[in-house]
Amino acid sequence: MFGLKKMTFKGGAHPPEGKEFTEHKPIEIMPSPQQVIIPVQQHIGAPSQVLVQKGDTVKIGDKICEANGFVSLPVHASISGKVTKIGEFQHPLGMKTQAIVIENDGVDTLSDSIQPNENYLNLSPDEMKNRIREAGISGMGGASFPTHVKLSPPKDKPIDTLILNGAECEPYLTADHRLMLEYPDDILKGLQIFQKILNIKRAYIAIENNKPDAIKLVRKKASAYEGISVVGLNVKYPQGAEKQLIYAITKRQVPTGGLPMDVGCLVQNVGTARAVYQAVAENIPLYQRVATITGAGVNETKNILVRIGTLFKDVIEFCGGYKENVSKLIMGGPMMGIAQYTDEVPVIKGTSGILVLDQAATKRNEPLPCISCGRCVDTCPMGLMPTTLAELVDFEHYDQAVILGLMDCIECGTCTFICPSRRNLLQSIRFGKFKVIRQRRKAS
Amino acid sequence: MDKLFRVSSSPHLYDKDSVQKIMLYVIIALLPALAGSFYFFGPRALWVVAATVASCVITEAVLEKMMKKPVTINDLSAVVTGMLLAYNLPAEIPIWMPVLGGIFAIGIAKQAFGGLGYNPVNPALAARAFMLASWPVQMTVFKTLPRGGTLSATMVDVFSGATPLNALKQSLNIVKHADAFSVEKVVGASRTIRALQDSYSDLFFGKVGGCLGETSAILLLIGAAFLMYRRIIGWRIPFTFIATVGILAWMFGGQAGLFSGDAIFHILAGGLILGAFFMATDMVTSPITPKGQIYFGAGCGVIAIVIRLIGGYPEGVSYSILLMNLTVPLLNRYTKPRILGERKKK
Repeated sequence: MFGLKKMTFKGGAHPPEGKEFTEHKPIEIMPSPQQVIIPVQQHIGAPSQVLVQKGDTVKIGDKICEANGFVSLPVHASISGKVTKIGEFQHPLGMKTQAIVIENDGVDTLSDSIQPNENYLNLSPDEMKNRIREAGISGMGGASFPTHVKLSPPKDKPIDTLILNGAECEPYLTADHRLMLEYPDDILKGLQIFQKILNIKRAYIAIENNKPDAIKLVRKKASAYEGISVVGLNVKYPQGAEKQLIYAITKRQVPTGGLPMDVGCLVQNVGTARAVYQAVAENIPLYQRVATITGAGVNETKNILVRIGTLFKDVIEFCGGYKENVSKLIMGGPMMGIAQYTDEVPVIKGTSGILVLDQAATKRNEPLPCISCGRCVDTCPMGLMPTTLAELVDFEHYDQAVILGLMDCIECGTCTFICPSRRNLLQSIRFGKFKVIRQRRKAS
Repeated sequence: MDKLFRVSSSPHLYDKDSVQKIMLYVIIALLPALAGSFYFFGPRALWVVAATVASCVITEAVLEKMMKKPVTINDLSAVVTGMLLAYNLPAEIPIWMPVLGGIFAIGIAKQAFGGLGYNPVNPALAARAFMLASWPVQMTVFKTLPRGGTLSATMVDVFSGATPLNALKQSLNIVKHADAFSVEKVVGASRTIRALQDSYSDLFFGKVGGCLGETSAILLLIGAAFLMYRRIIGWRIPFTFIATVGILAWMFGGQAGLFSGDAIFHILAGGLILGAFFMATDMVTSPITPKGQIYFGAGCGVIAIVIRLIGGYPEGVSYSILLMNLTVPLLNRYTKPRILGERKKK
């Protein structure tokens, strides 16, 4: 059925994959660090409320922050020990925010609430959703939107297609790849929970064709489940972006300014599926995650299971430290990741990887004038004209830029990657979006 | 905090192609035709190329120095302009003319507008137009016979300028007004028309009179194939340009009414292959949208064939590109690609 249809989208590019650093390395468990700094806000939505005070003792999985409203999530302790400080700390998204510091007691005691639940499939959808929410699960592909909200579509937007995203199109990252190879059953059971909550028969697991071992294994395992098909996708960036993924598999186009539910689709990351399984079946909250530590600037590249709140510094030390000529430290992959100026920032729920680039990889010429080669237009997966948008923003013609689709940019970075003049197209476009959002907020 | 890292907006990876590399690929793609010009027209051809390239590069460097801007000759775009300009000149042109042409190309058509990326029209073609207007005789006399060129040798007695296209134009004119010419002339002209129709292989390999870089289709096509393989140029502009010329020539180019024209002759003769693959595709002066590129190529084709068939000049490729260059901002504006998920406006 899928052999004939082209499993991809229009546009896109082929950045160097860089997966060879870690794709064959099994997930290593990183021992719990001496200290964790857990930011209170790790998801998109209302900030959570701190439940603990300085001096409190906590166990792994204890709730230290409570959700504040529907689009909000609780936060849990990731090590057992004592709360030593609550204060402002650098957040990997680039600001200072409130965070809770826990000093490790070295015992790693689990919270009493972590109990397996044999008959989890008999839970009602609302009970399942509640557990997902109580476990503090947000989308683990990077966007960090609370998962239980995504699982609660309004009645007039019925969902008929569920897509589990194992594309992992972002170069260098292999965390999802390893998860699919090492925990395919957990992922499939997580998907089954999604199906149950939304009462959907049809589900796809989408994997890029550069992971044939994962496709083979998951396909074999999936045959035991009902209505789940595994789809191999063309290898092209950004194949795993939500709208591009939906288009590749269903040929449906998410309307501009709309959400996947507008075309009856729901996309979840494979890592999220595993976290959901653990939350519903075993009551394990999201206090650790798998991340890829990679790049030419780190001594031992690894896939690790790491506690939320572990400082990047400690993670890099666990991976043999920096090499010489280190230039950039990035949370996430090289295309969409966020550059950090310091390594004293914690791993958060959305940290899919830490990338350390050396000077050779980040060498970049000064931007030149646009030579109108049109490559950004050809490769833009959204069908935008990035060079025109960037120019309009640079000259502060925001209204014109909005007409040309400024707000439809998914910030994948393909235009800036491909630009032979090395123009900072995405930087301008992002700035324009920020300006427009602020203007709109002011107006309303 | 003992170590600070570099920060920048994502993405943190960049493609290998740079402006300089793109220009280098274009230069490489132009080399087969350069070798061909040396073979067909002798060392004189290389002198002309050297003169335009040197003049372009030096003009760029001097002007940028004078304007206290960074000198950008390393991006190699001036070299490309110089080569393209030379390819549009006859081999026997006095050397000082190409030198002035190069100064015009860079000084007026490029730097006066702000340098690479800001020029509205192709600098090499603008300079060619300037030279054609200034020295119409020297720009259109092709005395040097291409080596092994049988076609031009027979025609050169009859006509002063011996490119296949102007031989055709003049012959057609003579046959049309047969009463006004001597019998020998009319016989010669009709023989020329027949000879031209049998000249595909000479046209294809370049054994005909013409500008020094435009004559050999095969050598240009080798370079074009390389550029397409490297994805420097797309198929849209050259394909629609050539197809439009071919179809219109077939429809309106014949003496026996509609659909009797010689499409292959019109595609191979003159500067169409050079223009379609190397000059219309100039990134700065062509549209950035896929649809815009198709309209652009088709527009070039229409103008070129109109000039060839009913205009005063035998060749219209370079003017067609120059004119279409001016429509690029408009084409970009009205051919916005469809955004993924964009709803139709009611």
